[in-house]
Amino acid sequence: MFSRKDPLHRSDPIYAAAFIIPTLAVIAFIAFWPLGQTLYNSFFRFALMYPQSKVFVGVSNYGKLFHDPRFLNDLWNTIRFTIWSVGIETILGILIALMLNKEFKLRGFVRAAVLIPWAIPTVVSSQMWRWMYNDNYGIVNTLLMEFHIVKNPIVWLGFPSTSMPAIISVDVWKTTPFMILLILAGLQMIPKELYEAARIDGANAWQRFWSVTFPIIRPTLGIALIFRTLDAMRVFDIVYVMTKGAANTETISVYNQWVLFTKGFIAPYFGYGSAISVTIFLIISAFAFLYVKMMKIKLD
Amino acid sequence: MKRKKIRKIFFYIGVIVVLVYFLFPFYWAVVSSLRIPSELFSSHQSLFPLKIQFKSYVQVFTERPFARNILNSTIVAGAATLLCLAIGSLTGYAIARLKFAGKVVVMLFILSVSMFPQVSILGALFQILRSAKLINTYPGLIIPYIALTIPLTVWTLQNFFREMPKELEEAAYIDGSGKFSTFWRIVLPLSAPGLVATGLLTFIFSWNEFLFALTFEQLPQMYTVPVAIAMFTGYYIVPWGQIMAASVIVTVPLVVLVLVFQNKIISGMTAGSVKG
Repeated sequence: MFSRKDPLHRSDPIYAAAFIIPTLAVIAFIAFWPLGQTLYNSFFRFALMYPQSKVFVGVSNYGKLFHDPRFLNDLWNTIRFTIWSVGIETILGILIALMLNKEFKLRGFVRAAVLIPWAIPTVVSSQMWRWMYNDNYGIVNTLLMEFHIVKNPIVWLGFPSTSMPAIISVDVWKTTPFMILLILAGLQMIPKELYEAARIDGANAWQRFWSVTFPIIRPTLGIALIFRTLDAMRVFDIVYVMTKGAANTETISVYNQWVLFTKGFIAPYFGYGSAISVTIFLIISAFAFLYVKMMKIKLD
Repeated sequence: MKRKKIRKIFFYIGVIVVLVYFLFPFYWAVVSSLRIPSELFSSHQSLFPLKIQFKSYVQVFTERPFARNILNSTIVAGAATLLCLAIGSLTGYAIARLKFAGKVVVMLFILSVSMFPQVSILGALFQILRSAKLINTYPGLIIPYIALTIPLTVWTLQNFFREMPKELEEAAYIDGSGKFSTFWRIVLPLSAPGLVATGLLTFIFSWNEFLFALTFEQLPQMYTVPVAIAMFTGYYIVPWGQIMAASVIVTVPLVVLVLVFQNKIISGMTAGSVKG
């Protein structure tokens, strides 16, 4: 046995500090300082280019936010986007993960193919799909017309009724792989004997899923849902590339970026943009907190 | 027996549907990048290109600074990955193995950053980087990327270090080796697989990031690949052939990377989430 004084079991604050301080410094400088600065900015009225003409306005920027129809509309768009894409991704993810959990010939190949949409930059996948949804030359319209499902080409990204579903479809394509792989990892922890036992007891496939599979993958599913929800609430790239927020697809991140760097560049809206930033931060934090709470209760 | 066969056929139809769903957009990008303009801009396109040309690929490099954009992305993502691994592995090791007060607080502090919405620090970070004269420079993007990727790096690496057998480190300490040299000479070489898995995720994240790159690099010659591809425009028409060619160019290396390292990437992605 080692004594209490040997080097392995001694507390070493100096080494620990030296090993940790670089990380803390980067985080403090790039995340927490800007966050504090954003909060400070949100109490002023000024333009990004004219920081010297700052006017203190208290919390009135936040008051304005609740009467900004564009912000409220975009918040609703973001929630719609999140619910639909995370919902579809979860169902597709479970189905495809169950498929990949079986032994079959092409399994390794399919698993590798699934990773590709995940690895492609979001901007690139958005451009690929924007081309496929193109109203004149897109393959989606070509196929629909070829099979006589529609008569005239659909302007997918031009109307609110089709543009949001189109954007959701890109997010689903891009992030279902993440769901699949996490759920698959959870599935692989289930011992085969459990299924055998359930089968001998006469449980059908549906019963086996609900009584054997689901309880075991639930923690994994929960974590995947947290990651995906927080990600979807922050969506920017897909919307920016596909529509720039036109046709009622604007989300809070897209609006925030526009207020800060387009509207607030010369006009005095940078402070208002900062108030939006703080609000987005609070909304996401509330979700994160809620989720962590819920997960803890379930995990115990 | 017959029922089993039918079920098998349905299963394989499902597999094919999944494969087509995930691979078709990429296939379509390749096909579109090779088409001649009269075929590309027609309302009834064949599933296979009738005539093939590589003009779009040439134009991407001759009409635009795309080679420079690739260089920018390589420098930024490469430097961010290496620096992130350097400081992240030190912190991960301290959390996994060293004894010190407030460890949980430090870990929570680091992990909380991964919840930050990027857009909520965008404006202030721009002001800070501008006053440090880092807008339109490589460090102006590298440093923020380190901060964005370090939570995941520290988390996965500390998991990895925890699972390594302690005996080697103990032997090194008994031989009189210091903390840092033990870390440098014993721990790091042994954790190469974990470093590769984490580094790949960091690299892919930095290579793909868009919002910061769009905001902090405002000169076309400083654009990274995603910004360049998002900004592709022509005088009269959208240059779809070129957009698809550029997309294919930057996707192929990622596809190769994914195929070669798929097990490492999957283990990195799922680290920490499965144990619950």
